[in-house]
Order: sequence, then structure tokens, then C-alpha cells
Amino acid sequence: MTELSLTLKIWRQAGPDQPGAFDTIAAPGINDEMSFLEMLDVVNERLINEGKDAVVFDHDCREGICGTCSLMINGQAHGPQKGTATCQLHMRKFADGQEIVIEPWRATAFPVIKDLMVDRSTFDRIVESGGYITAETGGASDANLTPIPKPVAEAAMDAAACIGCGACVAACPNSAANLFTAAKVSHLNLLPQGQAERFSRVEAMVDTMEDFFGSCTNHGECQEACPKEISIDFIAMMNKDYLKSKFKNRRTLSRT
Amino acid sequence: MELDAKVPDGPVAEKWTNYKFDRKLVNPSNRRKYDIIVVGTGLAGGAAAATLGEQGYRVKAFTFHDSARRAHSIAAQGGINAAKNYKGDGDSVHRLFYDTVKGGDFRSREANVYRLAEESVRIIDQATAQGVPFAREYGGLLDNRSFGGAQVSRTFYARGQTGQQLLLGVYQQLARQVGLGNVELHNRTELVDVVVVDGRAAGIVVRDLLTGEISSHSAHAVVLATGGYSNAFFLSTNAMACNVTAAWRAHRKGAAFANPCYTQIHPTCIPQSDDFQSKLTLMSESLRNDGRIWCPKDPDDARPPEQIPEDDRDYYLERRYPSFGNLAPRDIASRAAKIVVDEGKGVGPLKNGVYLDFADAIGRLGEATITERYGNLFEMYERITDESPYRQPMRIYPALHYTMGGLWVDYELMTTVPGLYAAGEANFSDHGANRLGASALMQGLADGYFVLPNTISNYLAPQLGTRPVPTDHPEFAAAELAARERFDGYLAIGGTRSPDSFHQELGKIMWDYCGMERTRQGLEKALSEIPALHEEFRKDLLVTGSGRDTNQTLEKAGRVDDFFELAQVTCLDALTREESCGGHFRAEHQTDEGEAERDDEHFAHVAAWEWTGDPAAPTRHVEPLEFESVALAVRSYK
Repeated sequence: MTELSLTLKIWRQAGPDQPGAFDTIAAPGINDEMSFLEMLDVVNERLINEGKDAVVFDHDCREGICGTCSLMINGQAHGPQKGTATCQLHMRKFADGQEIVIEPWRATAFPVIKDLMVDRSTFDRIVESGGYITAETGGASDANLTPIPKPVAEAAMDAAACIGCGACVAACPNSAANLFTAAKVSHLNLLPQGQAERFSRVEAMVDTMEDFFGSCTNHGECQEACPKEISIDFIAMMNKDYLKSKFKNRRTLSRT
Repeated sequence: MELDAKVPDGPVAEKWTNYKFDRKLVNPSNRRKYDIIVVGTGLAGGAAAATLGEQGYRVKAFTFHDSARRAHSIAAQGGINAAKNYKGDGDSVHRLFYDTVKGGDFRSREANVYRLAEESVRIIDQATAQGVPFAREYGGLLDNRSFGGAQVSRTFYARGQTGQQLLLGVYQQLARQVGLGNVELHNRTELVDVVVVDGRAAGIVVRDLLTGEISSHSAHAVVLATGGYSNAFFLSTNAMACNVTAAWRAHRKGAAFANPCYTQIHPTCIPQSDDFQSKLTLMSESLRNDGRIWCPKDPDDARPPEQIPEDDRDYYLERRYPSFGNLAPRDIASRAAKIVVDEGKGVGPLKNGVYLDFADAIGRLGEATITERYGNLFEMYERITDESPYRQPMRIYPALHYTMGGLWVDYELMTTVPGLYAAGEANFSDHGANRLGASALMQGLADGYFVLPNTISNYLAPQLGTRPVPTDHPEFAAAELAARERFDGYLAIGGTRSPDSFHQELGKIMWDYCGMERTRQGLEKALSEIPALHEEFRKDLLVTGSGRDTNQTLEKAGRVDDFFELAQVTCLDALTREESCGGHFRAEHQTDEGEAERDDEHFAHVAAWEWTGDPAAPTRHVEPLEFESVALAVRSYK
């Protein structure tokens, strides 16, 4: 165990329509075995003990799976460790004396609520528009009725691993949500169960996405920032299905 | 208070079928005349809200998360049990039922467990139809693995992310209903009170976590699917926001709280590394399929694990429980680890763990197979500890994980307050004194998809034509006022200690005296220390910021306040249950070999506590447990 003495520059913003600014907070005596969020817990305890407001940030499971945590750390979504959400990042990745800049996700579609907390409900709107298979409770056939080749199930699982944290949007220079949307589209469109709604799904989800987010210009930053390392190949799959949908969802649908 | 479990007549295998035929129905075109509130959007709540929405009811769903996809169900790693018998290894509904009753140390209600085993089969079908990408064999059929407490392979899984995939399935069903306008979803909204009018659940009072605004919602029925209370122990595998507030507020309004002392300690978590630690991380039980648990025989053995020869290692689970070995149930594996660590044989810098070793499995199956099975878990372990489980054994130790206790419910999942239901981990119903691995996902989904949507109509049907109690009713106004005063009160104390510092201290008392091993003396000590600390909390709490915008410190204060009261009834329950069973181990009641000693003559019952206004003196009620299909036996895994 080593002790780190850090200088934090944390974005503080009182509310959605308030101006924000960086607050410089000294953080001495940080144990390098702590996770990044445990370090923030320690900082918040100190702030409370000084009678100051704690820094607001989203977090919950601290196991890298719920997707609640966020944070731009020194300009990188979820910080410097590849394939790692902020809650799984540990302080041993930082050096004694280092300055760490901590910001919220920056995107028009994710307005800041307070300090480091943002509103990601636009992701829910995308899923509500078609990110599901219509299979109402009670009518399912036996699960082994339709064998699914292992590579297909594996590819669907690779896409389904998305935790919906929004790092892809935060990392994208255009604030595009194509990786998030493509992950859900591909998860469902790859599977036999998803075929019935394949083209209506992709059309509805992409159109909803474009109501809120910027456009993809193939920078690939999203894939680099993704804590689950979801591949941008899925964006290509989504684009292909979207193009097809523009034909299939019209009158020819009944003839395919 | 009367505890009528309303178990249907007939042989155990026919009860659920009979019930479904006998219950009252609501005709599809009348369902839109009913409002239902569902609190919590994990597996149980999300599934219930989506299914009730599909059926045509008007549903309002509430979550304190920013999205309905975040509930802690998402963190379940290993799998979900189902009596599919796809492996042809002798599984059946009856065997899953039997394993669950036995695994629960004969402290659960037979009829509920049988229903759970029956519905387990349909859960897999339902989830697969939704596109949950379960693991498959090369032939394309579903794969299974084994879990503790079973000698068949019946656990379905999606890599190490089964909970995530099942919850996303639920979330997608729910999102569809939200999109269709059948479910109205309120995110970042926390329940702060339950309102009862004329003896029936009338609605809830909630607090908007972004604005601090308190408001009321009323409905014909209210479902609480708000999870367990492991965080009363501060350090647990639960997510940071998990709390008992919804269940506890319901308890204070008349819902009995059952078996709070049945808490599950999970044997395979990463040991605590220091005092700053905010939570403990679970390593899936599935690892015990291939990992072997051991500790050095000599407490002073300081050699690194790979240099300790076979003869100097104690594979204590394989030694003590040869037939189940490393897959002994959770309560048994946890206590065995505590015994060796207490003997000074613990490993790691703080000597607070035991080894979970994959060297044999890697030698037998190759590293690639192990990566395929557990790759993401190994990565997670390495990120946290900076040690690679491929090169050296994992270090693990038990931690608080799940609570079998919860709101008392009858066969229909209704609490002792008519119209108020509890589903998933929030109720007490199916796991007895110990839950088997991969059964929590099964219960949450069974309750949400298949049980509640069938039982709730029995309560709603006679109310046709009635309107929900208006939210300007004096009971709502009084509850809103009390909630405002409560939160303003925390801010007004202006003391010196943060909510977290109290929580940490409470957690330590609970872990020391009401953890893996409990004694009369320790519990009495806890029962004197907790009220004193609660009193200090009321006088010396420091919450900064305001109550009119996002204030996580204030949210935490409310949750810790409720944990104090829950902690007392938990200790009281542990004190009055003068036996050892499942997750409840009283040092006074053990066999010569150190195994749990049940007292079926005096304690084959559910203890349900009634709120009296004094958290130190609730009233204990009893629901006797009758075993017709399973013979009470000493639970042996040898």
C-alpha cells in the first residue's frame, strides 16, 4: 500500500441552468488500493465534516455492471484504464502528486443535473422505441425449440454486454449514440427470436436516436472508451439493417 | 394480528393449478379501470410492472435509479435455476422443490416453494423468447452448470452476467409498455411512506430525488419489490443505494416483517482490504464448479501458495463434506471458512481469507476453457486486487449478500396490509433460512412474471367500479407532512457526524454480534448499543446542503435512520430464535461437530414481527410451518 497526495479539479454545478466551474480540492492521504469512487467517498466525508456540500456523482453497484457511474477523468471517459468503468478503476493507476480533472459526461443529450450527475434518459427513449422483442408473458414456446448456433449466441451476447453508461456518447466528438444503439439493435437482430421485428426495430431506434444525438463519422472513440469493449462492427451491422429497412419496411415487406 | 397464509387445499403439486382456477378474474376490458403502483424495477418489480401493463392494467412504476435498467438484480453473476432437466440427469420440479426446502433448512413454506419450482421452467422459456442470450452448446441448445446444494446441472447462465441479461430482458419488456403508454415510469423517485386508509393500502408518498419535492400517488393496489436489507451491515455485496426504507415504512404502517435474522453470508467475496472500503465484491458461486478451496494446515505457514505442497494444504470443504465438496451450500461453506480463519489459518496480508484455487482446473481443462467460463470474473478480481487468478489462487472470504427475511406475505404475496404486496427479495417467502445459489433470479422473476399477475386479480375483482382513494385524503396529507418534517429534521440537526460514519458504526455492531455466528450475550450487547447509537444519530447527525435539490447525503440519512430500527428487530429475532438453522447460527446450538442444530419442536415456524411504535419492543407472531411432502431431516451434505 502506498499513500498518494492528489490535487482534484472537480466540476461543480448547482443545477441544470446554473453556471458551473472547477473547484480545486486537495486530496492528501489517499490509499492506492482504493477504487476511484472510494477516493471520492473519502473526499466527500472530508467536505461534509468541513460543513460543505458533498460532490454529487452517480454510482451504485461498484462492480462495473449497473452502468450508473460515469465521469470524464483527465479527459477520458471512465479514466485511463481500458475496458474499465470508473467504479472498477483503482488509485494504483495514478501517481503521487498528480492533478486529476474530473468532469461530467459532456453532451447536449445528457444535460447536467448537478455537479458530476447527468440525465441519460434519452437512452431509455431509444429502447422504448423498439429495443425489445415483443414476447408478452405467458406465450413462450419451450426454450430449446429453436437451437441457436453458438457463434450467433456469442455474438449477440457480445453486443448485449452494453451497460448503458453513456461513455460512448461522452467520448464521441459528435456526441453520437451509435454504439449504444447498435449494441441493442445487434443483440436482438442477430437472434432468431428478433427477426420478426428486425427492420421495424432498427428504423425506429435509429430515427429516435437521431432526434437527440449527433451523427457518427467513424472516429472510433466510442469503442476505445467503452468499459465493455463493444466493437464498432456492430455500428456497421446496424447501418446495413437500417439501409435495408428503408426498402423492407415499405410495401415490399409482405413479399419478402 | 392474524397470519393466514391462505395456502390452497390439495396435494402440493396441485395447489397452484387449483388456485389459478379458483381465483377471481378481471375481464380484459375492465383491467384499464384499475391503477396499480409498483415500487422497484429490478427483476420482480420490473417483470410485474411489464406483465400487468401487458394484461391491460394501468401501472405506475417507481425507481430511485436514473433508469429502470440499473437495479441490483443486474449484478447477479452465476445463473438461474430451472427444473428443465435438459441434461437428463434426473432433475424434476419435485427435485428442485425438495432441494430448495432442504437448502432452506426446512424453514420455508412448502406450497410457495413448489410453485416456485413449477414456474422456474416457464421463466427460461419466457427469457429466451425475449432474446436473453443464455449460454449454448455447439449444437445450439441451452447449456447448464452446477450450483451449490444440488447434485444436478440445472443452472442456466449468460457468461458471468446472468442477472444483467435477465434484467435487461425485463427492462426491455417494461420499456415497451412505457412506450405504449401502459406503464407510467417515475425515475429518480424514492418511496418515503406507504399510506393505509380504512385498513387497506391506498398509495404511497414519494420524494423526487432531483428537487426534494414530496408527492402522493394512489392506486387500487401497491406492490413493493424493493430488494433486501444486507446494507444494514454497511459492508455487503449489495449496491450502494440498496436500502430497507420501502419495506420498513410498510412495516411501520402495519405490514409484519418476517424472519429478519435469516441473512445470507456468501462464501466467495473478495476480502476487505482496509477501513475505507465502501462495499465488498462478490465472486460468483459458479467459480466453485472448478475452483478448490483450501488454507494452509499450519497457521504460521508464510510461504506463497504455489510453494505450499499438497500435504500441507487443508481442502477443508472436500474433507468435511465429501459428497458435495466445494459445492456445499453457502451457509455451510461460509461457516467453514470462518472456522479456519478464526484458527489463524487465514491467508493474505490481513490473514482474512482462504484460497480458491484454479490450478487443477487449468491443468485439466486448459486456460482457454477457464477463460471462456470465468474470464470476466477473473478480470474483475485482477482489477480489484492486482493479482491474476490464472497465476495464483484467489483470496476469498464470506460477506453479507442476501436477506431471506423480509415482509411477511401469504400465498398470494399479499402482506398483512390488504392490497399491499411484496415481491422478490423484499418478501420472505421462498428461501427459508438459507437461499441456494441461482435461486434469487428464479424467485424474482417467478414472482414478477407469473405469481403476482395471477394473484392480484383476486383482490382487485371485487373492487370493480371503485376509485382509488384521492391523494388529497387527510391520510395522504398527514404522510406528506411527516415526510417533509423528517427530511427537514435531518438537515436541522446540525451535528458533527455524517450519515456514512453512523452507518459504518452500525454495520460493525451488526457484523460483530449478528453476523456469521451469534450468541445470546453478543445479541444482548447489540440490542443495548444500537438504540444508543440511534439516539446519537438523532442528536449529532450532520447533513450539509439543502432539501430542495439533489442531495445524496440527505438521501443517505433517511436510509440509515430506517436501518437503525430494522437492526433492532433483526437482533431481537436472532435472540428469540433459540436454534441454529441456515444462515442463522447460534453458537449455543450446535452439534459436537460444529454443525447447525435445529429445534423443530419449538421453532418450525415463521416469526413475523408487528410494529408497536417502539422499535425495541415489537410483537412476535408465529406462522407454524407444516411439512406434508418433505420429511423434516437433519440437513446433511456429507
